[in-house]
Amino acid sequence: MPPLLEVKELHTEFRTGAGLVRAVDGVSYTVEHGETVAVVGESGSGKSVGALSILRLIADPPGRITSGEILFDGRDLLSLSEPEMRKVRGRDIGMVFQEPMTSLNPVLTIGRQITETLEEHQGADRGTAERRALELLEMVGIADPRRRLRQYPHQLSGGMRQRVMIAIALACNPKLIIADEPTTALDVTIQAQILELMKSLTRKLGVAQIIITHNLGVVARYASRVNVMYAGRIVEAGPAEAIYHRPRHPYTMALLRSVPRLDRPRQARLDPVEGQPPDLTRLDGGCAFRPRCRFAVERCGETRPALEATSDAGHLAACFRSAELAAEEVAA
Amino acid sequence: MTVSTADRPLLEVRGLAMHFPISEGIVLSRKVGEVKAVDGIDFAIGRGETLGLVGESGCGKTTTGRCILRLERPTAGQILFDGQDVSGLSSRELVGLRRRMQVIFQDPYSSLNPRMKVGDIVAEPIKVHGVERNPARRRTRVDELLSMCGLDPKFADRYPHEMSGGQRQRVGIARALALEPEFIVCDEAVSALDVSIQAQVVNLLEDLRERLGLTYLFIAHDLSVVRHLCQRVAVMYLGRIVEMAASDELFDHPLHPYTQALLSAVPIPDPRVEAGRAFRPPRGEVPSPINPPTGCVFHPRCPVAVEACKQTRPKLRELRPGHWVACDEVH
Repeated sequence: MPPLLEVKELHTEFRTGAGLVRAVDGVSYTVEHGETVAVVGESGSGKSVGALSILRLIADPPGRITSGEILFDGRDLLSLSEPEMRKVRGRDIGMVFQEPMTSLNPVLTIGRQITETLEEHQGADRGTAERRALELLEMVGIADPRRRLRQYPHQLSGGMRQRVMIAIALACNPKLIIADEPTTALDVTIQAQILELMKSLTRKLGVAQIIITHNLGVVARYASRVNVMYAGRIVEAGPAEAIYHRPRHPYTMALLRSVPRLDRPRQARLDPVEGQPPDLTRLDGGCAFRPRCRFAVERCGETRPALEATSDAGHLAACFRSAELAAEEVAA
Repeated sequence: MTVSTADRPLLEVRGLAMHFPISEGIVLSRKVGEVKAVDGIDFAIGRGETLGLVGESGCGKTTTGRCILRLERPTAGQILFDGQDVSGLSSRELVGLRRRMQVIFQDPYSSLNPRMKVGDIVAEPIKVHGVERNPARRRTRVDELLSMCGLDPKFADRYPHEMSGGQRQRVGIARALALEPEFIVCDEAVSALDVSIQAQVVNLLEDLRERLGLTYLFIAHDLSVVRHLCQRVAVMYLGRIVEMAASDELFDHPLHPYTQALLSAVPIPDPRVEAGRAFRPPRGEVPSPINPPTGCVFHPRCPVAVEACKQTRPKLRELRPGHWVACDEVH
């Protein structure tokens, strides 16, 4: 069976006052049916723009998808007309965003926002849609769903609003859910509840997920495969276990080392990634991580290393020295 | 009573409460209730010590910090700073206190004036308090503060928007240090920073503490950063402290059911560890502080709650040396 989603050489650019920003600069990856893939990166790494590009939600101007293919379930989303694309969004691909207060409509009841999706995409009549809405709210664990249907977003807590977003995302039985920092705005106990809910529901319903996050703990808990992004490119990709235990890119290695961990003895000092995040308007032809990399050599300034297979199965890295790093031959 | 300055904690909070009134009506406004943001808490911070204050949104941790800084006038309780009760001081009396207590905010974007150059931002407190009236010497001091915070002095002529989030947070720290305070409230000071930058700023805060002998109240929701940076930690829930202990003790032997739930909810960045973890997110959500539950405020979500927990508010008891817990069901 072909993968559910195949992103090929995606390029998305923004024309800004400071110059051209290649927010997504040649990104390729796949998502299999029912699988959870995490896209990890920091601000400006292109992780969110990459996801919004899949849904073609890039505001033009200033943004534009300049090239690439996005094959979803056999069709190239980039070649669809806007009305066709509108049928894909919310029906075949569900979306969950970071801030549920701004992604829900404040002047419509919760019930109306769910039934609207069902009427629009499935041609359901009012009665059927309302019964299904009630069912969905129960499924996402909202107590007293009948009362909640008649309420407005501001009457719900942040956690509950995010449950409503998940209900809407699942309303039309999508094949894929894209969740952009779905729990970043939530408290840690609520974050745990929401992630647990998303995990059990997507498993039960066989929905694939792309989770975009900066939180390395969330990825470790929920994703089977991980793409690590830096300055618009995937610098490392592979099974979660391999990424965390055998990182092959200096950025991933540094990132994992820099976070304090509750399950380990307290360190005397943290080991940060030195330097500043890259200025995307001033990238040269070399590896974007080079100025912060403790393994950089002359070659890294000349060409950008491509994402290539490592000795690990399914584990890719974009670093000239990944084989050396694997063999631990490198003197740091 | 004679207590030497060295033994006395720098800060002592006794029975601190901050209740915000909720009013209805515009012309004939009347009070219809109150939000008990902070509801009677006690703690002390020794000189050179860092106390972590953790808890989820609405637990009162930020309000506690604001009361101590006297950005709010508390409803009840005492705030003893270096032995002096500052809870009732007038704004004029507070001027002297402001030099000794500073704050670092969460958001390095909104806490710096975008129209001011970095050098002027850092120099402002020095100017306002009349510490150094000579512009050239003030400039030297600014350069010194910037370098101390790991910034090239040439940044003094730049505007905040020309800097990254981590650099802006360093400016916020330099400004807080400008008056050579003894005590700094760090309110989510590293929460908005990217993972790779967070560790740099945490290290900077630690270096400055050692170098300048600073005392911190470190308010944060990220428990792994708190464990790293703090000697002692207090856990707040709905306006109350539910547990307080030395950092290692609290993280290794959490006793309060809420602390245990909080710690189990934190995902560990390691898929192998995560796969082997028994994991039960705590049920329900934090109730409204307008109508907090009776008795123990955590009882509706607590896995070990018994009938008595609905009736009596548990007192903070010292169960082990230095380890305080507000739960009658742990022994």
